[in-house]
Amino acid sequence: MILARVIGHVVATQKQSSHEGKKILLLQPLTLDDQPMGDRLVALDAVGAGVGDKVLAVQEGFSAMTSVGQTDAPIDAAVIGIVDLVELS
Amino acid sequence: MFLGKVIGNVVCSVKDEALTGKKLMLVDRLPNGPTVVAIDAVGAGAGETVYFCRGKEASFAFLPDEIPTEATIVAIVDTIYAEGE
Repeated sequence: MILARVIGHVVATQKQSSHEGKKILLLQPLTLDDQPMGDRLVALDAVGAGVGDKVLAVQEGFSAMTSVGQTDAPIDAAVIGIVDLVELS
Repeated sequence: MFLGKVIGNVVCSVKDEALTGKKLMLVDRLPNGPTVVAIDAVGAGAGETVYFCRGKEASFAFLPDEIPTEATIVAIVDTIYAEGE
């Protein structure tokens, strides 16, 4: 799982049926210092996250598709949590 | 998934039987990623912005057919609303 910032969303009329009715978010992965790290990615929303939120995201198929209530669907990334706080000891 | 722009397609006369009739598209990952070959599941064409699924899940777009693919275009993007763009 990764920490990421929701930097936008994507609108797509023509899409695979398993993506219908889902919010499609654009994420920027973050370092622990909240700096952008690596390429932005597209993920389906399972928790009602919005632009500006810091979130917990998965980039693995089984966890991504089950979190949005799908099975055997072409989904490889999903937002599964909204981060309140990261504590470093 | 990743955003990409379709920049062309690939034709293979000799290929896995399961790929017969599937469109092999060349997709530039946005904003400046590598170019990948992805199978089209939504009727995308050159010049269109899309997003594509990677990995084993990519083949699930075609179930019950079992297609050997690790990248599949699963949506044609109409609009991207992004911070600072």
